[in-house]
Amino acid sequence: MRRNWLVGLVLALFLGSAIADTNLNGAGATFPTPIYSKWFSEYNKLHPDIKINYQSIGSGGGIKQVQAGTVDFGASDGPMTDEQLAATPFKVVHIPTVLGADVPTYNLPGVSKDLKFEGGVLADIFLGNIKKWNDPRLAKANPGVKFPNSDIVVVHRSDGSGTTYIWTDFLSKVSPEWKKKVGTGTSVSWPVGIGGKGNEGVSGVVKQTEGSIGYVELIYAVQNKMDYGSVQNVAGQFIKADLASVTAAAASVKDMPADYRVSITNAPGKGVYPVSSFTWLLVPVKWSDAGKKKVFIDFLNWMVGPGQSMTSTLSYAPLPASVAAKVKVTIKAIQ
Amino acid sequence: MPAPPQDRISRNASPETPADEVADNAPQALAPDAKLKFRTGDSVIADRVFRGLTIICAVAVFVIVGLVLFELVLQSRLSLHKFGLHFLTKTIWDPVIEDFGALPFIYGTIVSSLVGLVIAVPLSVGTALFLTEICPRRIRAVLSLCVELLAAIPSVIYGVWGMFVLVPFLRVYLQPALARYFGWTGLFGGQNFGFGMLAAGIIIAIMILPIIASITREVVVAVPRQQREAALALGATKWEMLRMAVLRNARPGIFGAIILGLGRAFGETMAVTMVIGNSPAIARSLFAPGYTLASVIANEFTEATGNMHLSALVEMGLVLFVLTLIVNALANLLVWSIKRRNPGRGLA
Repeated sequence: MRRNWLVGLVLALFLGSAIADTNLNGAGATFPTPIYSKWFSEYNKLHPDIKINYQSIGSGGGIKQVQAGTVDFGASDGPMTDEQLAATPFKVVHIPTVLGADVPTYNLPGVSKDLKFEGGVLADIFLGNIKKWNDPRLAKANPGVKFPNSDIVVVHRSDGSGTTYIWTDFLSKVSPEWKKKVGTGTSVSWPVGIGGKGNEGVSGVVKQTEGSIGYVELIYAVQNKMDYGSVQNVAGQFIKADLASVTAAAASVKDMPADYRVSITNAPGKGVYPVSSFTWLLVPVKWSDAGKKKVFIDFLNWMVGPGQSMTSTLSYAPLPASVAAKVKVTIKAIQ
Repeated sequence: MPAPPQDRISRNASPETPADEVADNAPQALAPDAKLKFRTGDSVIADRVFRGLTIICAVAVFVIVGLVLFELVLQSRLSLHKFGLHFLTKTIWDPVIEDFGALPFIYGTIVSSLVGLVIAVPLSVGTALFLTEICPRRIRAVLSLCVELLAAIPSVIYGVWGMFVLVPFLRVYLQPALARYFGWTGLFGGQNFGFGMLAAGIIIAIMILPIIASITREVVVAVPRQQREAALALGATKWEMLRMAVLRNARPGIFGAIILGLGRAFGETMAVTMVIGNSPAIARSLFAPGYTLASVIANEFTEATGNMHLSALVEMGLVLFVLTLIVNALANLLVWSIKRRNPGRGLA
């Protein structure tokens, strides 16, 4: 008798845990990993039976795994292309989660003021057209700064990354020559300069090399208390990136496409930081497992609602209210 | 048929009887007939099992290498088909327009490894000779330990050290001096970043030094003592003795050590990526940034979204694989020809 009772208890425990626990798996972009980890762990505290695992394997890997159906959702810093969407056997929606930005960082001894960069000047520096710091175009935008007659050393990311995607996307928009010669991508064929691996690699090379200029993620620059320059926006203002000016870039998009696959670099409007971008979750529209689907929809609603208030502590810019409201409608489309 | 071989072996190898019984039976276990039994019947089976196991091991190596090659070709078929042999001669690497060529990466891999070898080989052979022939016995153990410790340091630590210590040192002190005194060679000139082929070569040298040094030491120790004594008896100085008796006989082994080091140099990724500058260009100057096959795979694989880009990266792996095979084959050929022309000789 007693033994039966024990067996019953063990069975109940197994079945109970199998019914109660829901595990969701995602994979993709590394850039939003800190905020995603925070969200998933906070959500697990609210709902102890729900576990969302996220592997930061890179945007490319995230897209591949969603296409193959090996994860419940993916994540990417760059939107999926039309070809990639066509090659996926099921429909996938993009859900914007937070915003990020790239900032120019440099090592110029004797210059203490934050430098101002026009988009075209940045493109010409990264193309190798502007070779010296005392170039008249740099001097014009920075009155009062005494530039040395030294070579500019360009530093870029050597690893493929969403950061590079945003940077090259911006340069393509402000410089026809960049667009023609180099283009936009997570890895590109750099005309000049040396490559560092990761944000830490780029900032390491910049710190080591006098006269160098590179780009890193805003979050990385803020967390490491690095100096960075401001970039001129379409309205002609030189804006230093911060959470407000990055969110403003997303809010300024007048006709947000229904699938959110939009580049917000060089967005119009006042107070907008021009080298900003969304990062997205890639979510299949149709879910075969009704339990998982409900759990994930609940999570998405929480993420665009209360979850957004957690972004700024980690230096991510939250979605503007207009976009968050729109995302809530999109979530309803998941079946 | 006798009992299953494993059964017999395990019975002989591990005492399954309780401890107190072993104490009683111990003398019997050593009785002559028991020993005899072990030596005859079981060893035949043990031999067969051993033979079988070694064959399995050897075949497994071939199968693994074959599967790796098969998978590399399979995954890179898109790029193999599109670029063909031009992949090896093109200098462009542009993921945006999906046009790929491996030449700058092949060049970077070979040159950075060669720079590494040029620095590491004399250093490690010298270290090995000092440790075996000259070093006082008391500090020998400590020194050997230090050399072997170098091998235990993770790659990324070398990379960070390279970035924050070696590169500034190169930029401020060594490279300006090299440019001044050896600039005429064309190898040391151009823009001085600190990051570049020379930095990568030095990092590689430090990383392969322990491999070459410890194998060379073993090989040198293995040269019979009589050879040394014979040379000394003929009136040779210490250097002459080392040259005639030790190095000449140890040469094939030292070459083997160098080949192993070269293999490590080819595949080294993390530390090299952090100091080489990652720019796919072919420049005569060692100050110029370069790029290696292993580095570009590590850098771009995670974020490669296009199928052609992925395929090209896998083909880079294939190129690295074949390059390693070719270099190994050439090195073995070299060892063979040296042995044939100048065989080791006994003085004793």
